[in-house]
Amino acid sequence: MNAIIFSAVWGVVMMFSGAFSKNKSLVRYLAIIGSALLLLVNIADLTSQGSPFFQIDTKNMLVFKVFGLLINCVAFGSTLIYFLLSSKDIEEVGPNSGDYFALIFFVLCGVSITTSYNNLLMLFIGIEILSIPLYILTGSSKRNLKSNEAALKYFLMGAFSTGIMLLGIAFLYGASKTGSFFIDEIGIGKAPASPLFVVGLLLMIVSLSFKVSAAPFHFWTPDVYDGSPTVFTSFMATVVKGAAFVAFIRLFADSFVDAQPQWELIIAIIIAATLFIGNITAVFQQSVKRMLAYSSIAQVGFMLFAILGVGAKTNTAQEGIVLYIAAYSLATIGIFAILIKLKDHSFDGFNGLAKQQPLLAATNTVFLLSLAGIPLTAGFFAKYYMLSTALQTGKFFWLVIFAVLCAAVSVYYYFRVIQAMYFKEGEPQQIEVSTGFKSLLVIVAFAIVVLGVFPQLLINLLSSILYF
Amino acid sequence: MIPVLLIAIPLLSGLVGFFIKNGDNAKKWSLFISLATLAVSVYGLTLDKASAALHFEAEWIPSLGSKFSVALDGMSQILSLLTAISFPIIFIATYNKEYKTPGKFYALMLLSQAGLIGVFVSVDALLFYFFWELALIPVYFLSSIWGGEKRIQATFKFFIYTFVGSLLMLVGIIYLYAHTADHSFSLQSFYKLKSAISGKDQSWLFWLFFIAFAIKMPIFPFHTWQPDTYEQSPTAVTMVLSGVMVKMGLFGLIRWLAPVIPGGTWLWGDTASALCIIGMIYASLSAIQQDDLKRLVAYSSIAHIGLMCLAVFATTETGLQGVMIQMFNHGINIIALWIVVELIERQLGTRKISELGGLAQKAPSLAILLVIVSLANVALPLTNAFVGEFLMFSGIYTSTATTYNVVFTVTAGISIILSAVYMLNMIQKVFFGNTNALTENAKDIKWNEKAILAVIVIMIVVVGVFPQPALELTKTTVHAILEKMNYK
Repeated sequence: MNAIIFSAVWGVVMMFSGAFSKNKSLVRYLAIIGSALLLLVNIADLTSQGSPFFQIDTKNMLVFKVFGLLINCVAFGSTLIYFLLSSKDIEEVGPNSGDYFALIFFVLCGVSITTSYNNLLMLFIGIEILSIPLYILTGSSKRNLKSNEAALKYFLMGAFSTGIMLLGIAFLYGASKTGSFFIDEIGIGKAPASPLFVVGLLLMIVSLSFKVSAAPFHFWTPDVYDGSPTVFTSFMATVVKGAAFVAFIRLFADSFVDAQPQWELIIAIIIAATLFIGNITAVFQQSVKRMLAYSSIAQVGFMLFAILGVGAKTNTAQEGIVLYIAAYSLATIGIFAILIKLKDHSFDGFNGLAKQQPLLAATNTVFLLSLAGIPLTAGFFAKYYMLSTALQTGKFFWLVIFAVLCAAVSVYYYFRVIQAMYFKEGEPQQIEVSTGFKSLLVIVAFAIVVLGVFPQLLINLLSSILYF
Repeated sequence: MIPVLLIAIPLLSGLVGFFIKNGDNAKKWSLFISLATLAVSVYGLTLDKASAALHFEAEWIPSLGSKFSVALDGMSQILSLLTAISFPIIFIATYNKEYKTPGKFYALMLLSQAGLIGVFVSVDALLFYFFWELALIPVYFLSSIWGGEKRIQATFKFFIYTFVGSLLMLVGIIYLYAHTADHSFSLQSFYKLKSAISGKDQSWLFWLFFIAFAIKMPIFPFHTWQPDTYEQSPTAVTMVLSGVMVKMGLFGLIRWLAPVIPGGTWLWGDTASALCIIGMIYASLSAIQQDDLKRLVAYSSIAHIGLMCLAVFATTETGLQGVMIQMFNHGINIIALWIVVELIERQLGTRKISELGGLAQKAPSLAILLVIVSLANVALPLTNAFVGEFLMFSGIYTSTATTYNVVFTVTAGISIILSAVYMLNMIQKVFFGNTNALTENAKDIKWNEKAILAVIVIMIVVVGVFPQPALELTKTTVHAILEKMNYK
């Protein structure tokens, strides 16, 4: 609860700070402090098991379980790192940097609602609070046609998918015996599904697939990610995607787990399509930014395995998804932070970076290896968990093999960047990065490697919290 | 503690190596470290097999049931010895070569050594998988940064191939892990699985692992990365790849596949053997056609590895003993061949057989040493390879695991004859005949190169005449593995 209130309040503070202070760096520091405080507040929530500050009766519309709070931690932590690395670049998007930071805090408010909803209306509100600031951020580069196009496209498609979600909620409401929006009451248990329920379920799958950009509802992703200012793409592809994904997995774990035979094949097909389209299309991209957009689609394909695994007796799916989102967010934010510093966003823009900026190249390599899921990085254990979740279901062996082959394809496009940095000669680009930026990148890369070698550190934390 | 040292010494000093700027210091540092590793490895050989120093176990990821668990048994001893011997040989033989950013080159070399030894000593499947990749990544960078003209495509192909294989193996490992009684990755738990997994599952599990190992060895039809990568890599890396790294595939087959999934191995043994046979004949015929020395040695390596893989599927004691000793011998012999290729190329600037000739007049000691190494490569008596290949052939011939033992023996024998054809043909064209404009001014090799080739020749002859200690070393391992393979 505290995170929801704090992020909303801080968003307002950020809005006014821009109006009252002409000093840009003050605004920036406020944003960084805000995200750090937000993380602390959320950790306080997590550890105290009961809100230490505000006690608000939400009529059970929101519940604050550890899983959601953990995801909040990952989201706020990623935002903090994102601010530390890229907040200066946010200022350069346009004159009103306070507004951008405010919008980001409003998105975080939406994130904390989506991770804690217990009622479909709250899911809807959360997703909307999350999405509307994003439409604005996407179009924030006002004089850029691509940015405008992306914003319009995102808005139209997003509004459409929200409509589908509302329709789905309505059907589920009608199908539930008691006429309820609560997620523990809309499930039908093991009873045979009514047509109303099936339609509602399908509509929910469609709209949530849209939000996490799973195929075949991914068409907006590359254009929106490519068109919006690169700093905001980084945020969208990590924090927002993670939160939307949590909405997805919570709905299926809490409401529809008993109806798994009804939907598991659909999800399996969505996974296969997402992996295939994401990976194969990424291979043909010429721009690293667009490649990362497709790679984020491909990564969602892997994350969706967690949904197949919600029926398992163990918490592997939940543990795995927290690890996956953390590993993916850290690596992606790092890559984007470096990408923003380069003027040329094509693969050739990375040529010779290893000579020019050996430290940037080395950390970027760690991030890319982690995304590709190479051992010794956190990304390996993320993928490991997803594969073992899928194998535990005992079905869909074909899907696991398919996913593994797709992962091999992903090596192709991630390594193109490594090849450009290390093995190709390039014209020297003048890149100015501060020591603080470099050392933070090194810390993030180091964290990825430590998690890759000693995953026990995080697993202990996760299992001690998730199993109590 | 010995296996931990064998991994830790090159790993840590490799990380230090990244910070050495001066080329000479980097060379000396890595040579010193590799000799220290060799000393530890030799010390490990002198210990009693039951000695506690040969085992080490520590908690790693308890919630997944994975331990940092390493041990040296006979097979691990002989392969880590091979790794430990190879690196000093490689460093000395290429001592006169200059690399750009030498600190990084030698650092990556040491890291790959750590990965290789880690693969050979791990008795935990997840740890094995980690080292399997740790060995690969430095080699990828080594080949791609310091390799030949088409290095980027060639090594990338190599990386993708092996990565696909490792991922398939990972799926297999997770599957086996999920079925262990105590949810553990340890080799012992995997060994207990064989009756718990149905024949149908064993059947496809076999391929998950076999493809991974077959790519590494390489076995036809997964070999297409190999000649290109060997050709494009800097020779020092090619030596690592062909001398030591291909043994990872054979090692995996013997340790992690055949005894863990004996049903699948028995079911598909003939198919896999047939692939080996096809590969041997195909590679030998290709080797005859090659004009490039590096490609010739590369194809010859495919043929020899095929024979070893074939002997594993024969499931006989003599055959498996032959494989053990031959893994070591092949590593030594092929490194010697690469050294010769490297010396010729560095001096004359070409590897084309058609452009060379009459070198024996100008470089007599090189010629003598090469002839001995080549004879070992065609398994002439008194050389080390004779012992290994003789044992393997008798193992394949007496095999009861297959009904095609005679066919396999005869076709494998043909490939040995073919190997004599291309090796002798190469010697004749490169070293004998008339000199030409290019070879007119060739000089003989330097003392360090002479010394290192002489050491190898001595090893070839000693193991060839007196193989008993090596056979004793691997005897218990071979028995244990065979017992698990013949579970029917």
